[in-house]
Amino acid sequence: MQMTFYIEGGDFTSAGKASSEVKKVLKHLNINPGLIRRTAVALYEAEVNVVAHAFKGEMHVEISSDEIKVVLQDEGPGIDDIEQAMQEGWSTASDVVREMGFGAGMGLPNIKRNVDDMQLQSEPGSGTRMEFKINLIAQE
Amino acid sequence: MNVHQINRAINGIILTGTAPDKEYSYAFASDLMSDVLTLDVDDGLILLTGLSTTQTIRTAEMSNVSCVVIARGKRVTNEMIRLAEENDIALISCTSSLYGVSGKLFENGIKPVY
Repeated sequence: MQMTFYIEGGDFTSAGKASSEVKKVLKHLNINPGLIRRTAVALYEAEVNVVAHAFKGEMHVEISSDEIKVVLQDEGPGIDDIEQAMQEGWSTASDVVREMGFGAGMGLPNIKRNVDDMQLQSEPGSGTRMEFKINLIAQE
Repeated sequence: MNVHQINRAINGIILTGTAPDKEYSYAFASDLMSDVLTLDVDDGLILLTGLSTTQTIRTAEMSNVSCVVIARGKRVTNEMIRLAEENDIALISCTSSLYGVSGKLFENGIKPVY
C-alpha cells in the first residue's frame, strides 16, 4: 500500500494532517499500538520539520507486511551540517515555530530514536531528503 | 481518575468528552510539544499544558494521549475542538496555572511519568 502527501511550508494549521491520515490507516490495519505510536511520532516530527523549514515537500509512505517505509523530500534551504543538526538541542527554528511548541532541536534525534533505520541527505540551498523505515516484524 | 473526576479536581470545563470510564494514572506538564513527543507511555496519560494551538492536539494524537488539559485559561479554538473530537481526545479547559493543576492532580494520586 502506497500513499503520497504534499506538505506546504509554513502552513502550521495543516501540519500533522498527513501523519494523521497515515496513523488512521495503520490503526485500520491493526498494527501493534506501540509501533503505530513510534511511526506516528516520527512522521509528525518529519512533517513539522518540512512545514517549519522548507518551502514545500512530499511524503511517501509504503506499507508492506514486514515494514513501513517513508521518504520525505523537500525543497528548501537544506541542512548545512547534518551531524550538527542531529545533535539534541541544535535548532535553526524561527520564533513562529517555537511558539507552536517546537524548535528545541529535538525533532531529528527523536525521529532516529523511533525508527529502525534513518538516512538523511541534504543539498544546502536546494532541499533535504529523509528516508526511514520501521520493521513490523520483530528482528532476530 | 476518569475525565469527570479530573475535571472536578481542577475546576475545569469539559470541551470535548469521550470514554467517561477511561482511567488515567499519569500526567505530563509541558508547553514544549517536542518533549511530549519523546514520551514512551502508551495509555492513561494526561497532558497538562498552557500551549493552546492545533499542534497541541496533533501532538496528543500522535503520542496516543487521550486527555488534554489546557491551563491558564488560554483560548481554545473551534479547530482544536474539532480535531480533539475527531481523534477521541477529551479536552478540558481550566483557569489555574500549570503548577496549580499539577498540584491538584498529584493530590489525587496522579503520578508523574518520570
